[in-house]
Formats: sequence, structure tokens, C-alpha cells
Amino acid sequence: MSAVILNRVRKGLYIDSVALMRFSRSIAGLDGVEEAALMMGTPANLGILKDAGLLDGTGEGASGGDLVVAIRASDAAQAEAALVEAERLLDQPRGSRGEGAVWRPRSLRAAVAQMPDASLALISVPGDFAVAEARKAIRRGLHAMIFSDNVPLAEEVALKREATELGRLVMGPDCGTAIINGVPLAFANRLPQGSVGIIGASGTGIQEVSCLIARLGGGISHAIGVGGRDLGDVVGGISTLAALDMLARDKLTGHVVMISKPPSPEVTARVLARAGAIGKPVTVCFIGAAPMAMPANAEQVFTLKDAALKAVGIGEETTPRKPDIPAIAGRRGIRGLFSGGTLCAEAQAVLLAGRLQVTSNAPIPGALVVGAAEDGHLLLDLGDDAYTRGRPHPMIDPEVRGGPVREAMKDPALAVLLADVVIGHGAHPDPAGGLARAVTGARGRRAPLVIASVTGSDADPQIRSAQVSTLEEAGILVAPSNADAAAWARDAVGS
Amino acid sequence: MTDIAGRIDAANQEALRRIFAGDPVLVDVVPAAEAIPALWERMILHAGPPVDWSRMCGPMRGAVAGIAVFEGWAPDLEAAAQMAGEGAFDFQPNHHFDAVGPMTGMTTISQPVMVVENRAFGNRAFCTINEGLGKVMRFGGNDAEVLDRLRWLRDGFGPAMGKALRSGGGIPLKPLVARGLTMGDEMHQRNVGCTGLMLRALSPAMAASAGDLKELSRALAFIGGNDQFFLNIAMAMGKAIMDPVRGIEASTVVTAMSRNGTDFGIRVSGTGDTWFTAPVEMPEGLYFPGFTEADANPDMGDSTIVETVGLGGFAMGAAPAVAGFVGAGTASEAANFTRAMAEITLAENPEWTIPALDYRGVPSGIDIRLVVETGLAPTINTGIAHREPGIGQVGAGVVRAPLACFRQALKAFAGQMGVA
Repeated sequence: MSAVILNRVRKGLYIDSVALMRFSRSIAGLDGVEEAALMMGTPANLGILKDAGLLDGTGEGASGGDLVVAIRASDAAQAEAALVEAERLLDQPRGSRGEGAVWRPRSLRAAVAQMPDASLALISVPGDFAVAEARKAIRRGLHAMIFSDNVPLAEEVALKREATELGRLVMGPDCGTAIINGVPLAFANRLPQGSVGIIGASGTGIQEVSCLIARLGGGISHAIGVGGRDLGDVVGGISTLAALDMLARDKLTGHVVMISKPPSPEVTARVLARAGAIGKPVTVCFIGAAPMAMPANAEQVFTLKDAALKAVGIGEETTPRKPDIPAIAGRRGIRGLFSGGTLCAEAQAVLLAGRLQVTSNAPIPGALVVGAAEDGHLLLDLGDDAYTRGRPHPMIDPEVRGGPVREAMKDPALAVLLADVVIGHGAHPDPAGGLARAVTGARGRRAPLVIASVTGSDADPQIRSAQVSTLEEAGILVAPSNADAAAWARDAVGS
Repeated sequence: MTDIAGRIDAANQEALRRIFAGDPVLVDVVPAAEAIPALWERMILHAGPPVDWSRMCGPMRGAVAGIAVFEGWAPDLEAAAQMAGEGAFDFQPNHHFDAVGPMTGMTTISQPVMVVENRAFGNRAFCTINEGLGKVMRFGGNDAEVLDRLRWLRDGFGPAMGKALRSGGGIPLKPLVARGLTMGDEMHQRNVGCTGLMLRALSPAMAASAGDLKELSRALAFIGGNDQFFLNIAMAMGKAIMDPVRGIEASTVVTAMSRNGTDFGIRVSGTGDTWFTAPVEMPEGLYFPGFTEADANPDMGDSTIVETVGLGGFAMGAAPAVAGFVGAGTASEAANFTRAMAEITLAENPEWTIPALDYRGVPSGIDIRLVVETGLAPTINTGIAHREPGIGQVGAGVVRAPLACFRQALKAFAGQMGVA
């Protein structure tokens, strides 16, 4: 059996040589085709075709302005089939193939060249490289938000000192939430702009306060995350102080809310002194802290909810909505399963204020650490490193909470299962659905009451009202805030 | 620390000034021995950093044998190869003699070389005449047809082109390249526009000085029939522009990239004439009928001097067709090659602009610090030679410069600057 050579000449059809080489490659790859080439019929190209054993009498007659399709195949049918496919390629419209390749800069330098008026860089790279990138950013006159964690503490301090000298702000490391000029960054919510500025060492704390402010009719000027270690003794609040100064100068900001775990007395004194000098009212929420002396322009609150109320000028809720809580006979336990660390801390504060005994893997002052006591209501921060090592954070993957929820739903001693749902940019597309499925799938005859709240807004991709409906359809009581959810749980076991 | 950064910035500004001030003019074609007085019998200039016969790749060995026969140093190819093995020839890089050569880059005494003069600095650079496509010496071809063509270039075409250039006072290349960029050329794989412009510029003077109309017709047809005729002119131009940039203390700008088919080498302004080398990489590309990547020789040639001045792979956005050698081959991908090269260069050429990129200038002044920092190696558009001697070009494609060259260069530079 000998090979068949088949040529066809398309008179006066010009196609770019690289495009023809691409066609040649795909025709040569067809079944039964030994070799194939599409070339313009210049003398040099005809020579190449001849050397490759591809030229017949038809092709030999081509001139430089003609396109030669040359095929060598195992039999005539295969050759003809390849020719048909080649002609199809030649005649198909070569229009746009979709959107085209998108360009993404590979370095800060190129990004700044592309966007010369940028003022902030969000840095999310492995922790070993985060400080180097942040340095480049602040030296180019940008503020830096460092999403990365695992940054050595000494490097954080050195970076923040340099930023102070340059008059730049470093948010983070491990800063997961910010809203700057109305733009939500990383895990944040889409909220109206307004007069409240927030400085927070915690992501979910900022989210809860900012969303409650929006729901109360207020708005956010900027929400500045400083990272979990900024108010520790080593860093000493460098970024918090810088953020206070910036919000003091910011014309839009009329009220400042500070959210953190309780800092050491020394750092507390330093931060409160600066807060006292900014010339604007300040609300201080150090969750779990005892009452402390405040500067004249500052007021201390003990929950995120109260911080939001204060910020919009409502001292106290006039008519708090209370649901009809079903009677729970003979059971007293509350189990809190939280995706947000500060939401877990706030719930602890609410229960402790009701004189309940609380145990947690992330205890606030007054609560016990897990393992220290058998009784006590157990409130767990499932976003804690111990739970997320090698697994996604429960805000990204609600299934991380699925197992503990199903277990709680079958626990005959539990009265209330308490949970948070956090939505917004960066969060799972349907966290309420995940919680609802876990609850309904495991609900037995003597299942605990489920109380939850949804941190977010109707402008978020997940739509808060839709998330609330999903929970309610699953028989979950939805409180207007995380503090309310904890208060309802407290009342349920107290009744 | 800041003092060093400041010194580097100032040195690099000077490097950019010299690149952009360059005024390359094609002025003459003369025998290589006349252009390069140091050239001598049995001396062979080759592409890339230094390499001896034992480490030369197949196509370069094929070219060496062919050029030795051409020069009359050996009776035939076998004898030439044997002589090469016995050390009969003195191998030197083109770059050490103000010259560049494509692919194997053979330059010897009797070959005609084109002369580009950088009138802003007074230096000259040389490159042989492009032979055409397919079986040619620069891709390792060496049979009678190849050698006959070289003889005609030496005895007929070269002298005629030289005479025409001398009669007209030379052809300024910067404006010609600027027009070529608007016509779809990137001056490495695509030289159709510039070749046409060159033919237009040369033919009146060639006709005026022609003795024999048939010979004139053959010469004009040779230029018009070779889409890559301008490549060698662009290379001499690149060399003429970059040579005055050499030796600026504290500058991190790359002054040459070059490959000999075995090693890739770069030179950096602040580290003088040291070559930093690493093994060459294999291009990704498309092949002529009858050949596959199994036949391909790795990357080769001095032609990367065009990328060094911001053309070739750096100007891919001007020549979308060339991006078809890799990926989906869309115009937007071609533009992204150019944008990526902007990440490793210090400036855009104010005179060489790309219409499809809103007249952005081609990325110029490769900074070894940016290459190492971004991990983006320079993109090079290239022809592909057969790995065996004597066969010639088998395809074309795109290849990256090895990052190792840039890391070595940066380490050496840091040492020189007293940074640990």
C-alpha cells in the first residue's frame, strides 16, 4: 500500500504564514495523514514541499500569490477527508474568539504604572514575602493592606515604624477586612458611605459593627483593619495610632469606633490618650474588658451592637424586638458554633453579663478555657487556627461547621444552638444554605432550638434578606444582631 | 543603601539616554577583513558567548565546515570538520569584534558585511547579509547551493549594495524601524515591512550604479524575495545602539543577549564585558513540513540583540501574527507579551511606538534586577535550526532567556557594588 499525495491550489488567497503553520499542524495530526502543509506557493516554499514529499503536479503549478494545500495520507479517502478539513479551516470566519487575553500586571511597579493615581496596595502573598512587597508599596507612596499571615513579628514592627516615618498606613498583617472610600476590601460588605470611621483589630468585628450601622441608617467613611497583633505589647498599636490620626484629619469622618480584644494597660493608655486628642467622639469596644476610665470625648461599650448604636447616636434601643421563644423543658445547655472570632467573643460577653458560666476555645476574661470545666455553655470559634489548619476557614466553606452542627442537633442535653452567618465579599456564596441543610438534616425529635444572626447587607452578593429567609425556612430563629442572638439564647435557658 | 540605589538609578538613566540618543545609519557593505582589521586567515567569528569546537552544537559545526570550504581553508566538508577538531581554526565570538551574526553567525575574512554607523557616538557595527530562508549557512546548511549563494553575495550582491549605499550617504534606520513597527514588523521574525522599505530606499541608487541589468534584477529580486532580508540590518543596528551603553559603572542594564546553540550569555553595562552564561533553552514553535521538535536544535544566534534594544519578542504587540507560534495566537496575547516585557525594562522608547497598544513605546533597557525580582525572563522570537549539521531551518518559534544568567549577573553586580 503506498501513500497518496493530494494537492489543491487556492488561487489568490493570502493567509499569514504563521496562521498557515498552525493549520498545517492540525491537519497533519488527523487520522491517516502522514504529513500535511499549507503554504503560499513561492518558489522557496514549493521547494520545501517537494523536499517533504508533498508536492504533486497541481501544486507545482502554483504561483507566489496562491495558497497550496498539500497532503500525504495513507489512502485516497483519508487524503480527501483531510483536504475537506483544511478547506473548512481556511474558510471559517476568523473573528473574535471571545474576550481576548486579559492583562494583569506582575509587579507593583507595573501596576502603579497602569494606575498612577492608586493610593493603596492589597498584599496577599506567602507570609515570607509579604513585608518585602509592603515595603515596596509604602516606598512608592501607597498605603498597604496585608492580607497575608505568618509574618514574623519583628518584621511587622520594623515595617510599621518605616511606614510611620513615611506617613503611610499599614493594615495588617493578617488584615482580612477593610472598607476604604466605600470600597470593600477582602472580607467586607457593600455598605453606604457615611460619617462613621472604624478601626478594628478584628475582621468580623468590623463587619458586624459596620453592617449594623448601615442597617440603623448610618454609613461608613472608612473601616481600617490593623491586624490582630497591632495592639499587642510588641507592636504597641503603631497602626492603630496612625489610623486614629488619619480619621482625625478625614473630613467625612464624624465619629470613630475602635474594636479590639482588651490590650495591655500600657497600650490601652497610649491608645486612649491619642483617641482623646482627635477632637471627634470615639466609641471604644474592647470586648471582654472591664469598665475603664475614658477620655472626655470617648465612651466605652461592651458589645458590637452597642458600638453601632452609639456610633449612629442612638444610646439605647427603645423597643427591642423579642421573639416568642418556645419552652424548652429540662434542658439548659447553649452550644455556640461561630465562624467569626469576635462574634464568638461578643456572645461570651452577653452570656457572662447574664451571669452564665461560659467555656470557649477562645475565652474572653471571665470565661473558662475548654477542658478546664465540664459544665458551662460551650462557645467555639471554628475559625481558630486549631480548626483551620489544612482546611478552609468556615466563612469560605460552611461545611467545616457541618459536623459540629449535626452533632449538636442530636445532643439531648442542649437547649440552644447558637450560630453566626457572615456574608459579603470573600465569603461563601450561600453560607445560610449550608447551615440550614446541616440543621434540617440532623434535626431529631428532641433537637435544640437554633438561633442565628446574619452579618451583612442587602447589597452584598449573597443578599442578607435572602439569607435570613433561608434560615427561617429551616426553622431557625434569626436575631437582628449577633448580640441579640446571644441574648435570646440566654433568655431561653434562663426562662 | 539609598546611596547605592541612587547611584544605580543615575547610571541607568545614563544608559537609557545613550540607547535613545543612538542614531544608527546603514552606510556601507565591505569585506569583513576591511571592516574588522583583527580578522585573519582561519579565524572564525561565531554567534553567542565563547565556545570551542568540542562544545559546539550540530548546526554550528555544519556552518564551520561550510565556511572553511567557502574560504578555501579546506578542500571539502569532512576535511574541514577534521581540521576544526585538530584546532586549525581560531574561534571567537562576533560580539568581541563589533559584529553580530544570526543563528550560527559565521563571520570570516572574505564575507561581505553590512556596516551600521551610530552617528551619535561614532561607533560602527557589522553583520553579514541575510541569505534567505530554508537551507542556508546560518541554520547550519553547507552544500554547494549554500556556498554558491555566499559566493554571489561576496562577488556580486555585496559590492553592488555597498556602492549604492556609498553613493547616497547612507540610510537612517531609526525612522525606518518606526515605520516598520506600524506595518506589523517586530524586526526579528517579521521584517516584511522594513524589507520593503529598504528595497524602496536602495533600488534607485542600485539601479543608478548598476553595470548589468540582469545582475541588478537578480539583486533586487533577492531582496524582494526574502522576507527576512532586513533582520541582519536590524541586528547590526542593535549592536551599534547598544555598544556605547557598555561599561557604565553601576548600571544594571543588559547590553547584549546572545546564544551559541549551547550556552546563552548576557552582558550587563555595569559589569563590563563579562559573559554570564547558562544552558540555552528549547524554543516552542511550529515546524516546516517533514520536521518536528525532535529535529530541533536549542536556541542559537546573536539576533537577540534586537530584543536587547526593545524589538523582537519585546515588540510582539506590533506583530500579532508572530504570537501564533505559541498559545492561542490572538492579538491580545501578542500585546500581553509586550506588556510583560515592560515589567522588566526601565522605559518605553519614545520614537518606536506600537499603534495597537495606543502608541506605547517598545519596552527598552532590560534591568537585571527587575528580571530577577519578577521571575519574568525576556521573550525571544527565533528561527529553529535542525540539530544535525547541513540541513538548515526547520521551524520558528518563541523562547525564553534562562533566568540563571540574570541571577548570576545580579550576584556579580552586587559583589562589585559591595553589597553582600
